[in-house]
This record gives sequence, C-alpha cells and structure tokens, in this order.
Amino acid sequence: MEGYSYTIWIVLLPFLVFLLTGVSSLRIRPQLAGWIGTGGILTTLVLSLYTAAQYFLASAPPEGGWPTVTPLDFTWLKFSDTLHVHMGILLDPISVMMLVVISVVSSMVHIYSLGYMKGEHGFARYYAFLSLFSFSMYGLVLATNLFQIYFFWELVGVSSYLLIGFYYDRPSAVAAAKKAFIVTRFADFGFLVGILLLSWHSGTFDFAALTNPDGSGIAEAASATFMGASVLTWALVLIFMGGAGKSAMFPLHIWLPDAMEGPTPVSALIHAATMVVAGVYLVARLFPVYHMSDGPALDIVAWTGAFTALFAAVIAITQEDIKRVLAYSTMSQIGYMMMALGVSGYGAEAGLGFTASMFHLFTHAMFKALLFLGAGAVIHAVHSNIMSDMGGLRRYLPLTHGTFLVACLAIAGIPPFAGFFSKDEILTATMHKNPVLYGVALLVAGLTALYMFRLYFRIFWGEDRRYEHTPHEAPAAMWVPLMLLAVLSTVGGFIPFGHFVTADHLPVGSHLDLTIALTAGGISVAGILAAMALYRKPSAQPDRIAESLGGLYRTVSRKFYIDELYQAVTKKVLFKGIAWPVAWFDRNVVDASMNGIAWLTTRAARAIKGIQSGQVQHYALSFVMGTVALAALFIYWLKR
Amino acid sequence: MIPGVSLLEILTVSTLMFFIGVYGFVTRRNLITILMSLELVLNGAAINFVAFNKYLYPGQPAGQFFTLFLIAVAAAEVALAIAIVINLYRRIKSVEVENVNTLKH
Repeated sequence: MEGYSYTIWIVLLPFLVFLLTGVSSLRIRPQLAGWIGTGGILTTLVLSLYTAAQYFLASAPPEGGWPTVTPLDFTWLKFSDTLHVHMGILLDPISVMMLVVISVVSSMVHIYSLGYMKGEHGFARYYAFLSLFSFSMYGLVLATNLFQIYFFWELVGVSSYLLIGFYYDRPSAVAAAKKAFIVTRFADFGFLVGILLLSWHSGTFDFAALTNPDGSGIAEAASATFMGASVLTWALVLIFMGGAGKSAMFPLHIWLPDAMEGPTPVSALIHAATMVVAGVYLVARLFPVYHMSDGPALDIVAWTGAFTALFAAVIAITQEDIKRVLAYSTMSQIGYMMMALGVSGYGAEAGLGFTASMFHLFTHAMFKALLFLGAGAVIHAVHSNIMSDMGGLRRYLPLTHGTFLVACLAIAGIPPFAGFFSKDEILTATMHKNPVLYGVALLVAGLTALYMFRLYFRIFWGEDRRYEHTPHEAPAAMWVPLMLLAVLSTVGGFIPFGHFVTADHLPVGSHLDLTIALTAGGISVAGILAAMALYRKPSAQPDRIAESLGGLYRTVSRKFYIDELYQAVTKKVLFKGIAWPVAWFDRNVVDASMNGIAWLTTRAARAIKGIQSGQVQHYALSFVMGTVALAALFIYWLKR
Repeated sequence: MIPGVSLLEILTVSTLMFFIGVYGFVTRRNLITILMSLELVLNGAAINFVAFNKYLYPGQPAGQFFTLFLIAVAAAEVALAIAIVINLYRRIKSVEVENVNTLKH
C-alpha cells in the first residue's frame, strides 16, 4: 500500500510548531503564536481527514479486512542485532479513527482557546504546549511498536503536567500537576515492566508480530509461568496498570479531578477527549494479545472498568464544582469503554465489545469535549466554577445553553444523539457476556443521566439570580467550535462503526437491539426526570435527601476518602516506615563514615604538618640522615 | 696512582671532606658559607671518582670523565646559586638562612 507517506507530516508539523512558538514564545506577539498553532493543527486536521477518507472511503474493504499499513518504519536505536527500537507510522482502523478524534478535538480546542485564553499571561507558551501535546498524542496513536508507544506515552504525560501547571503561580495548580505526574508515572512503571516482560519473551516490540492472530509471537510468554499465572498474563496486567493510570481507573484515578486546575480547554482536550483514553487505546491496540492470553487479564480490565464507571458516577452526583462533575463523568465513561473491551471477544459478532468501546471513545470525545468547552464558556461568563454561583443562565447564554443541552442528551444516551448508539452497543456486548456487568452498566447509564442533568439544570435553570456583571455570550472563536462539536455529537452516532472498526479488521453489520435500547433509554429518561424534579426549580428537596442519607452522603461527597487514604499511606507507611529509616541510615551511616574518614585525615595532617618548617637545612639534615640510614641498612643487614 | 699512598688513605680524606661539607651545610647560617660547604661535598665525591678509577680500573677513563663533568656542573650550580642569593639579598636585604622560611605549612 503506497501513497500514505504524507502522514509523517501529521506528526512532524505540531512538533515544528512547538519548536517555533516555544523557542520564540517571549519574543513573538502572543496572538501570532496562537494563529501559528491553530494553523498548524488545522493543517493536520485536513491531513488526518484526508488519510481517513483515503483509508476508509476510497475503496470497499478488501477481502481480508481493513489492511494494516506502515508508511514509515525505521530503526531509531540499535543496541544489538536482536534488540533495536523502531519508530514509524502504523495505520489501521483504530489508529485512523484516533487520528480523526485527536485532530478534530485538538483543532476545536485551538480555535476555542483563541477566545478563551485571550490576554492570558503566557498565551504563546500555552500554544507551544498544546502543539507539544498534539505531537505526542499523534505519535502515540500512530506507534508501530510498544517502545514507541511508551516513548510518546511519557511525552503526553509531560505535556499534561505542563498544561495542568499552566498557572504556575497558583500553588493548587502546581500541586495538581505534580500529583498527576507522579500518579501516572507510578502506573507507567508497571507499564514498563510489562513491556519488558512481554518483549523479553516474545523477542519483539512490534505490534504486527505481537498481535499476529495465530499467536506465534506470544507463544513463549504464554507457556512460561510465574506465581500461578502465565508470564503473558502478568505482562498484560502490568501493561493495563499503565493504561489504568493514564485513563484514571480506580485506584489510580486520584489525579484526574485535581487536573481540573488547568485551563478549561486543556481539560477538554487532554483530560476528557484524548489523553485519558490512551489507556483504552493501549488495551485496544494489544487486544488480540489480551484475547489470546487465556488468563484473567481481560476480566481484570472489565471489572476495573465497571467498578470505576459506577464509583465515579456516584461521586459525580455529589460534586459542586462543574469541572469536577465532568472529570468524574469522564472517569465513569472511560470505565464504560474499558468494560466493553473487557467483555469483548475476537471476530465477527463476538467482537462487538471492541467495536462498541471504540465507538464510545469516538462519540465520547466529541460530546465530552463539547461539555468541557461549554463549561468553559459558562466559567468565562460568571467567573466561577462552583454551581451555587450559577443558575438561570439560559437567558444570558443561549448558544452555550443549546450546545450544552445537546451534549447532555448525548452523554445521557437519548436517541438520536451520538451517545445513544455507542452506549447501546456497549450494553448489548455486556449483556451477552455477564448479567452482573450488564446491571452495573444500566445503573451507570441512569446515574449518568441524573448527574449530567443535575449539572445542566443547576447551571441553566434553577434559581434566577442577579449577577454583578451581566453574563454575556462567548465570542465567536468560542461558540463556533461549540456548534461544530454539537453537530458531531448529534450525527456521530449514525456512523456504521462496525463497518470500519473491529477487532479483526473484518467489517460486521451493526444493528440496534430494541429491548436494550428501550431499557437503557427508559432508565436514562428516568434519571433526567429525577434531575428535573429536583433541580429545575430552586427547592430544598436535594438538601433534605442529602441530610437523610447522612454519613453515606458525606462519604460520597468526600470521594470515598480515597485521597485521605493515599495521604495516610504515603505519610504513615512510605514516609515514616521507609523514607525516614532510609534517611537515618544515609545520614548516620553512609554520610557519617565518609565524614569520619575526612575528619581522621585532617587530624593526622594537623599533627604532622610541623615537619615542613621551611628551613632548607632541616630538609637537608633529614635527607642526609635518611641516606646514612639506607646505607647502613644495605651494608650491615642486607649484605647477602 | 700515587706511590706510597693506599686507596684507603685517599678515601679517608675524601670522606672527611664530604662530612665536613655536610656539617657546614647543616650548621652554617650564611647562605654563601652554605654554598662553600656544598663545594666541599661535591669535591669529596670528585676525589672518590678519580681514586676509584686510578686504583681499581686503571684502563678505563670513565671515572675521570665523571669528575670533569662534575666540575662543570659545580661551576654552573655556583653561578645559579649566586644569582639566587643576590636576588634574595635585593629582596629581603639579608643572606641569613633563617629569614628564608616562607615556604612552609
């Protein structure tokens, strides 16, 4: 397959823009940096859409399914004949789909930021970091091998760190950036060990060899065992740990809500649509390996996803900060995707979960980015994140209101919006696999509708308050992306995803399961109605319910005390139990022995330094006496 | 080879010269006298060279060559040492060795 060589520019262009705006960020006019960044990303949008059109639309899928194309693959590091690291570009259905997602959301965020971040200190720096992020994310999804994906995985981590800490004069932002970096870095340690295990036993980093459907690439790893499970299972669980860290799965989710300290468009791009789904993408990328492993790896993925989906949805109901509600909602939806991957089989109808997961990733990226950007417009208008400062905004922000409503309907799964179709596929996939997971998924669907419409009604309806500054609609740079994303959130569900994206690259027809559609739709509508009853008009009812739940409510609103638990573990166990004794040993044994040697040397030197008197005759005398002594020694004692 | 004089007698003289020189080098205070003592040490060694050459290896001239070489080196050394002493005198107005002890711990 020729003709994809231009795809290299999708990766390189944002990097060049990053270098250009990053190096000159202090000299260049901020607005110019913004335009350069936006121009760069729009070019990659065109290229990505062109790639997708060429890949998917130019021809019907060939006999053996959608092809895997590698327009570029070169040896980047050569350690030995067997160990070398490649860099390259891999095009297959999921990477092309991710290209579209990233380029669309990133372009919208770039345009939106022209309005949202206007006049902000460090505007050029902001655009440089956005370009760095886009570069890393493109590199991640186009990776041809595990090492490359790890490389770019860390790069997106760095860009996320830089952008969360964008307001570096705010201590909370700095703390959040550090937290995000450390937690994901900790998870990446598992990822790295998993990569090493897998590649040690399979002898390759390359995805094409690893995911070979006859299983020859991973045969050795599957046969070796360690502590009751095959090495392959261990490697896959460890790799999933990396994915769980990036995708904020329980219990590595604690960084995501705090990451909302970053600018809102950043939250939309990195912490809702693209970077946090990298974990899902990773599992999907290695899905054939997960499926062939025969171990509990996929079940772990499914149950972690399901638990996180429920856990985060419950917390989301109690949060007051609109961005945090959205953050927990993101966690919950990513849990949904993970669960769908976990219940999926390989090939034809059994592979529905895989398709559903990718479909939901796609639609979720659109409506969640829209929700965040809408939230940004609200924050822009009222200068607050807290819901109690809002209410009745539908009159002041008609455009934001309309698009936000579309996004809420999409995420709640109301037909014909995008979320309905993808959620329906996930529910179908789980129902065929496990009734417990199906129940969880249905419950989460209801909770999603409840907390999203709680958010919606409390912002745009509720109490009609008087604002000090009358809120005004956002500038065109902000509402145009909102409109485009709203359109995508509306029509995105009609894409026949099963035709394009399946685990084994062979198209399958997708159809709507009417029973499930009706059940899920009913539950979502129930959730919406509940939210409407409670929050449409200002009332004391929600407070009364919270009161009656007492400790339970408090536990949930404090996020199940997970943060406190981590604090306690790090302070009591890590600091007191390990760090403190190690520091003591370092100070009193390692440092002290070195200091002791130095002390001894100075002491000895001080004692004998008087010998050097500066008197030539003293030296001469000792010289002569030494000669005499040596002569005596040779003549009397060493004579044969 | 001097008739009637044995090697031992010559060596006694040269040893005396050498140790008188060493004694002078260690005990004198004046740098010029120290230089003179040094000459005694060198000449004691030179006598040894010639004596061993004449008495033990009469056919080989190596000892005499060394003596000639030693005289030349001694002359150069004296020139250098005198120059140092003169410079020192210009600097500190003294040729007493006690005053030249700044190079110490």
